[in-house]
Amino acid sequence: MGRVVTMLIKKEMEKDIMKSEEKVTTPRPTGRGKGEGPQALLVAAIENGTVIDHIPTNKVFTIASLLELDKCSDQVTIGNNFESGKMGKKGIIKIANRFFSDSEISRIAVVCPNIRFCLIKDYDVVEKKIASLPDMLTNVVHCANPVCITNNEPMKTVFYVTDKEKGIVKCRYCGKEQQIEHIKLV
Amino acid sequence: MNYELCIMNYFVPLQEIWKITDRMENKSIVSIADYGKEKIQYLLDMAAEFERQPNRTILHGKVVATLFFEPSTRTRLSFETAANRLGARVIGFTDPKVTSSSKGETLKDTIKMVSNYADVIVMRHRLEGAALYASEVTHVPIINAGDGSNLHPSQTMLDLYSIYKTQGTLENLNIYMVGDLKYGRTVHSLLMSMRPYNPTFHFIAPKELEMPEEYKMYCKKEGIKYVEQTDFTEDTIADADILYMTRVQRERFTDLMEYERVKDAYILRADMLGKCRENMKILHPLPRVNEIEQDVDDSPHAYYFQQAQNGLYAREALICSVLGIEP
Repeated sequence: MGRVVTMLIKKEMEKDIMKSEEKVTTPRPTGRGKGEGPQALLVAAIENGTVIDHIPTNKVFTIASLLELDKCSDQVTIGNNFESGKMGKKGIIKIANRFFSDSEISRIAVVCPNIRFCLIKDYDVVEKKIASLPDMLTNVVHCANPVCITNNEPMKTVFYVTDKEKGIVKCRYCGKEQQIEHIKLV
Repeated sequence: MNYELCIMNYFVPLQEIWKITDRMENKSIVSIADYGKEKIQYLLDMAAEFERQPNRTILHGKVVATLFFEPSTRTRLSFETAANRLGARVIGFTDPKVTSSSKGETLKDTIKMVSNYADVIVMRHRLEGAALYASEVTHVPIINAGDGSNLHPSQTMLDLYSIYKTQGTLENLNIYMVGDLKYGRTVHSLLMSMRPYNPTFHFIAPKELEMPEEYKMYCKKEGIKYVEQTDFTEDTIADADILYMTRVQRERFTDLMEYERVKDAYILRADMLGKCRENMKILHPLPRVNEIEQDVDDSPHAYYFQQAQNGLYAREALICSVLGIEP
């Protein structure tokens, strides 16, 4: 998936239209410095919303699915395989007019920890949140133990995160420690 | 003036007050692994008091519900005897097939229904975490009589009481655990509850049934000393204060040739006790099959039958503890 998907921008404000025109007419740069390169020019700025950055390339569409972006009526930009000094290659998702709660970010952290949520207001980054595992996960993941009460009763699961670095969680009820990447989301 | 209306508006219904205070002070016993020394000593002292005089009427007017979703003879009879000897009435079931559970009723609904009738619920269930969940859905105290292969706090309590009685202390003991250390919930519970007492554990088991890694990690994390060995001889058990035997079960082995090789390697015989310490006691959660030979029964070290009797006193202590009643 080397191609960058760009959705058409419908803007009424003059500066937004000009920005779009700049993207179309600006000649192809020769260097590969930061901010240069064709991929940077094809990713549109958003006025308000969220930019999810530093997504591992193999998780971009999983994140999009978890966020149910296919049902989103606002502007969504998904980009993958961008050059990244930190990660080698990364993915980026921009969602206009959408902001995520801490519990939603925790849910994403289960699948993909350490990605960045940048809150954009009036084209400025006003806040950055890193998706890190909280100390406790309530009704986020299933227990992998088939004889745990949580798999046999209509009830919420509760896990304590015992090792954030290794992604190890412990079921409150059966006490079994599990690798978070091996268990399913609720 | 309407005096009746004044009175009704003034007093909060007593039933509501009891529900509020009970919820605040739910004294359920799901696990004693996290109990500190003070709490354990309190329960040990209470058990000793009940051993001195097991028949009392301090639970007169109370109802104890025994809900055994999984079969049990020893534990259930022990709890029911404890309740009866203290003057309580007992209700409950021993087979979930005769209850609404067989119709698909949730555990939560069953517990909430029984909570209308009983002052304390003693529960055994096949699912792990069932007792903890039950304690969250009711204001009535829950005593965990075993949840799957997870916890069995009343067995742990009677084990602790037996050790305390025979050794005079719980501190700095050499505790040898033999047999099925992988699936044995009694050894897991005992290991964790001994945490505050600086024990040294010796784990003697075949490779297939060795103590699980999570419990060895627990020992390392809590600074509990342990030694692992596979030999079970007169010499290897010479330094034990407590020899805790468990049954090596054929059904636990994936490789039956391995079972055949080890099944007789962990049998305790009277001729193995020659070098033991004088204070050493042999414990077993029972039932035993062949892991303790009959000739051991006459040894002064054999304590497993008295251990079972201690279950009565320990369970009397647990029931009174959750009800906030002193002996």
